[in-house]
Amino acid sequence: MIRARNLPFVATVVIFLLAYALCALQFPNMLSFRVAGNLLTDNAFLGIAAVGMTFVILSGGIDLSVGSVIAFTSVFVAVLIRAGVHPALAFALALALSTGFGALMGLTIHALKMPAFVVTLAGMFLARGAAFLISTDSVPISHDFLRTLKGLYISLPDKGRLTFLAMLMLAAFVIGVVLAHRTRFGANVYALGGSSQSAELMGVPLRRTTVQLYAFSGFMAGLAGLAYTLYTSAGYSLATVGVELDAIAAVVVGGTLLTGGAGLVLGTLFGVLIQGLIQMYIVFDGTLSSWWTKIVVGLLLFAFIVLQRLILLASERRAAMRAAHGG
Amino acid sequence: MDAVLTARGIDKAFFGVKVLDGVDFDLHGGEIHALLGENGAGKSTLVKILTGAYRRDAGTMQLGGISVEPRSVAEAQDLGIGTVYQEVNLLENLTVAENLYLGRQPRRYGLIRRARMRDDARALLTRYGIDADPDETLAHYPVAVRQIIAIARAVDLSGKVLFLDEPTASLDAREVQALFTVLRQLRAQGMAIVIITHFLEQVYQIADRVTVLRNGRMVGSRAIADLPRRDLVALMLGRELAEATGQRDPDATPPDTPAAFRFQGYGKRGSIAPFDLDIRPGEVVGIAGLLGSGRTETARLLFGIDRADSGQATVDGQPVTLTSPEDAIRLGFGMCPEERKSDGIVGDLSLRQNIVLALQARRGWAHPVPRREADALAERYIKALDIRPPDPNRPIKFLSGGNQQKAILARWLATDPRLLILDEPTRGIDIGAHAEIINLIARLRADGMALVVISSEIEELVAYSSRIVVLSDRHHVRELRGDQINAQAIVDAMAQPGAAA
Repeated sequence: MIRARNLPFVATVVIFLLAYALCALQFPNMLSFRVAGNLLTDNAFLGIAAVGMTFVILSGGIDLSVGSVIAFTSVFVAVLIRAGVHPALAFALALALSTGFGALMGLTIHALKMPAFVVTLAGMFLARGAAFLISTDSVPISHDFLRTLKGLYISLPDKGRLTFLAMLMLAAFVIGVVLAHRTRFGANVYALGGSSQSAELMGVPLRRTTVQLYAFSGFMAGLAGLAYTLYTSAGYSLATVGVELDAIAAVVVGGTLLTGGAGLVLGTLFGVLIQGLIQMYIVFDGTLSSWWTKIVVGLLLFAFIVLQRLILLASERRAAMRAAHGG
Repeated sequence: MDAVLTARGIDKAFFGVKVLDGVDFDLHGGEIHALLGENGAGKSTLVKILTGAYRRDAGTMQLGGISVEPRSVAEAQDLGIGTVYQEVNLLENLTVAENLYLGRQPRRYGLIRRARMRDDARALLTRYGIDADPDETLAHYPVAVRQIIAIARAVDLSGKVLFLDEPTASLDAREVQALFTVLRQLRAQGMAIVIITHFLEQVYQIADRVTVLRNGRMVGSRAIADLPRRDLVALMLGRELAEATGQRDPDATPPDTPAAFRFQGYGKRGSIAPFDLDIRPGEVVGIAGLLGSGRTETARLLFGIDRADSGQATVDGQPVTLTSPEDAIRLGFGMCPEERKSDGIVGDLSLRQNIVLALQARRGWAHPVPRREADALAERYIKALDIRPPDPNRPIKFLSGGNQQKAILARWLATDPRLLILDEPTRGIDIGAHAEIINLIARLRADGMALVVISSEIEELVAYSSRIVVLSDRHHVRELRGDQINAQAIVDAMAQPGAAA
């Protein structure tokens, strides 16, 4: 039996499979390893950012700084590499910076008892401003190390490729799933999303968990920034505006409750893939405006919010019935 | 026998106001110890200090003869002191097993062993006679089961001392007995249990000792067997007080005036079966029933919070539509809800603002209540209802439960309602405020107001109701009048299955 709390996840998977089947009916070419590989590669940076966002939303918070941190990371890394720093060192520095930035936001949220919305909104402007400060132009980069990374792939049938970026995203999801379901940190995040007050009384360390949580989201945003840099071979401070909203949409369409406490990291992967699939369809069709992605995602988001509300109401009603019937 | 937990000379002050003053407390293993006192006596503060949620200003605390200083709930837990709170308990969104083992999950190589956790949870709950699926979310289970899961967690975690804050507040009689069975079992195992409650008959049922606090001081600690109920109440109130049990108020008889408010065939599917209810000015219609029998649902329909899907309401013979509290307020209804904290008070607003709220709502935003009028209203009701402290500017969240309740009553009285619906007006408030609210109900009735009062305290209903409607299984099963009104008749009617009516 499917438990009620997993219904949104199951719905996401079913929608994805149905949508893919419909696409494949119209464009049989879409049902190939090549397209599937591209689907993963093209959405890698969004997927990585969405893993961090899933944790934040599960805890009942939100991180609006993600898009800006991606842009900052990409510009930061590009400028460093052009200045002659080895990419590996630049990557490490960028990740340290984005993780520290996230930790600082988490600390602020906890210490000032401010809504995450406000603090990360400030973080969003800060990171974007810092990116502009470094460079307002697109900074193209090329380096042997980067070419090596991009050249790493696992061959799939019919010229498909599981690229380094795709593997990076899948690895991020594996780490996310393990963190969420098999560690105390993950359990604490779910607890926070249920009720921070109860969680505290049950001994969940609020400060540490909040700091770790936003540090993790910052790390994932930084990693997404690196993925984006590799993907575009450039750093650009105007890029990835609003990616945090795409990530939030992926998380919610993936079945996570926007108010926190319920959801699965794996659902987010399907949330990302659904968005990617719609874009892919638009590319195959060739006549549709790319804005259709937004419209479909909007409709899906709305449908999921309604679905979650209905599940909640249904379970409340069942609980009431049980109470009324004495047992 | 040596005490497991001893506290000596505990002091605590908030913003310079002394809340606890040199309190001593002794707790022995294998006893159930009731901690009693009026609201504001300092019970909650004492418990929060002993369980690590607050720090004491002075005094000593020993656990098993060793001085301890818990700085957080988690530290107290590690020392062996567990707590089950009344309102914030566990996490509904987590599974039963996760709730039991949050923060101490069995791990291997840093990863949680979910299968092991599940088996442990099942084994643990079996000991408490609960057959709950460890992988189901807690929201799935009724409050009574959650309560026992919370106890199982606290005992498993701490193992020496267990604090229970108002554990029976939202349980019905059968569930209370199930809980007490668990507590007796724990007592037999040598646990020291502290229970805070307002229900004196439960104290006599379960407790071995009582400690009474009054105004921040410990005024007595006795074995329950040596303490007749009368003496206990006297100890709590600090004065002799006639216990008002089951005394009928002779003025409560219904007037022969025509019913001003009539509800005919009024009901809502899945909530409450259609019922007929007439209410006259100058009478109190008491509503009795177990938790979940449809008491609150009836109130919600009467006040338009829920929409009836059958029946007709008439006021003064005119058919009216009641689809929102706004409609109800316009018709001169008022209602004090059961969940004072979530549905009643606006915690951050001042006492004055809370009192003026309903009047303002009736006038609409375009007609603000002038400051002078608000001041006058606040002053009048603070005096009339003896709200303490009498400071209209204090945020209402800093008032005790009884005083918050009085403020909500004042809010509706300020609108001069014709029909006032009170849902559990005396729940969770101290005995002094309790008596005042009962007197107030009688006074309002004498002034010709129509009242509907829902209460789980049967004696209280018997005392002031003109008529009593008894609910069972979401049906109005019985209406008692005049001589029929007594506690036994109400209990008999409650036990009646609803469908048979």
